[in-house]
Amino acid sequence: MRSTTGRERLLWSIGLLVVLLYALIPVVWIISLSLKETADIADGNFLPTGGVSFDNYTSLFESGEFLDPLRNSIIAAAVATFLSILLAAMAAYAISRLNFPGKTLILSAALALAIFPPISVVGSLFDLWREIGLFDTLIGLIIPYMTFALPLAIYTLSAFFREIPWELEQAAQVDGATPFQAFRKIIVPLAAPGVFTAAILVFIFAWNDFLFAITLTSTDASRTVPAALAFFTGSSQFADPTGSIAAAAVVVTIPIIIMVLIFQRRIVAGLTAGAVKG
Amino acid sequence: MAGGAVSASQAGAPATRDPAAKKPRITERAKAERRLAYLLCAPAVLAMLLVTGYPVGYAIYLSLQRFDLRFPDDKEFVGLDNYVNVLTSTTWWSDFLSTAIITVASVSIELVLGMALALVMHRAIFGRGAVRASVLIPYGIVTVVAAFAWRFAFDPSTGFVAGLPLIADDAAPLTDTFGSYVVIIMTEVWKTTPFMALLLLAGLALVPDELHEAAKVDGASAVQRFFRITLPLMKPAILVALLFRTLDAFRVFDSVFILTAGANNTETVSILGFNQLINRLNLGIGSAVSVLIFLCVIIIAVAFVKGLGANTDTARGT
Repeated sequence: MRSTTGRERLLWSIGLLVVLLYALIPVVWIISLSLKETADIADGNFLPTGGVSFDNYTSLFESGEFLDPLRNSIIAAAVATFLSILLAAMAAYAISRLNFPGKTLILSAALALAIFPPISVVGSLFDLWREIGLFDTLIGLIIPYMTFALPLAIYTLSAFFREIPWELEQAAQVDGATPFQAFRKIIVPLAAPGVFTAAILVFIFAWNDFLFAITLTSTDASRTVPAALAFFTGSSQFADPTGSIAAAAVVVTIPIIIMVLIFQRRIVAGLTAGAVKG
Repeated sequence: MAGGAVSASQAGAPATRDPAAKKPRITERAKAERRLAYLLCAPAVLAMLLVTGYPVGYAIYLSLQRFDLRFPDDKEFVGLDNYVNVLTSTTWWSDFLSTAIITVASVSIELVLGMALALVMHRAIFGRGAVRASVLIPYGIVTVVAAFAWRFAFDPSTGFVAGLPLIADDAAPLTDTFGSYVVIIMTEVWKTTPFMALLLLAGLALVPDELHEAAKVDGASAVQRFFRITLPLMKPAILVALLFRTLDAFRVFDSVFILTAGANNTETVSILGFNQLINRLNLGIGSAVSVLIFLCVIIIAVAFVKGLGANTDTARGT
């Protein structure tokens, strides 16, 4: 590292502080709001100076209007992630390792889908799903999540797969490993980090969805948390839902933030994988 | 190996003129490889075609019908009537304008902030991990959650913003047009600047240090070096980041829905489509709006690629 002057360090520290504040203010604010006592919700203070309470959380989990959406969110995002990664890994393997005409066509199709506006298909899906009985079901959500995550998954995985030293597989077979052993002991451990990274990105994508969730569902049978938040009424007819919304927001945010912080290196690598080359 | 087969690398050679000399132009091994490749790609390609290609076709079909789900029996082919209706309405054009305002404003602010953030991360003296971690937080947060956080913050009854110095105590930005735009744009910028910064950071890493050193020796100032060396070399990365963010911003829906639901003249084209399709159940008009949004996205993408020379092939690393 080059030598730094005191002035440079000061400027850098200020920059660091600004970035931290920028990222954290809304997060700290929503956490603080969720911890306020009901009487203090409207006090306009940034921090819960009137006392910390977990009432918003207890009433949130007791009211039942949150548990179903939470379950739906987890199932929809997890299943869509699994399917999307499975399909994308097969395609990415072919794209990064095999020679075949039409490779660019598939990548262009994926790119086209990446910039595709989902609003252009929600009307059709709404009508089709009503016809074939997928409206207001989790499968009806999983299908578009899986598909719209494919470009992200295919690009991330092909970028990672291109870096794998595939010769090792043959080397292991020369040394007497069966093709399956070579795959399981050599290739799987090498590919796992890339697959895992792609899975995190796809999960965040599906977890974040709002448009499909409010158009293709109508009840708590399949409504996910972002959609449920928009329809929150609070624990009773007279209660202001602000506290409940804040608590629910924190519950769906904290796991993602923890995941992002633990795997930050991989996520950055995944997000920029193949994004800028030459 | 099949004896005498032409090598696979010749597969693209012009077809043989003599039909009698017809030989397999690719080896069996290459054929098997292709078969495997198609087999592996088929599920993903099928899913993409079925879930986007088919519905888009269906949306085009619906957009040519008079089709209101409340009166399903009145369904009738009406040609381009729905498009004429939409394109002659003031709603479409005012929604288009608000979408354009939000898109242009948020993407320009993001570009400047993202570049600053990328430079900060690139020149990190210490705490690089902390910066990287904190910029990823907005990326990981659900857009709806972020929008609620800002809505509560700016709402004078719950928020802390009205209590800040220099801001009127009864300031309620989400009740007027200008304030609503500011908050919507801010929410978008907050959420998506990190993505922009990461793409730009990756581009920044490609600018060779030697060029900077050489320019420094020749007496170029930091500002000169940024505008004469860094920016031109980063042009491909910047254009790709701009293309992706512009198309993403153009379909803005979540944050507007939560912050204003389209009130105060902030309705965007996606909100219009949603209202027609889902609230009014007018699938004919709604589909026409959907198809028009799709066309807008294509036009923007083509304009970037043809007009500005954004090269998505090299950029996405095929």
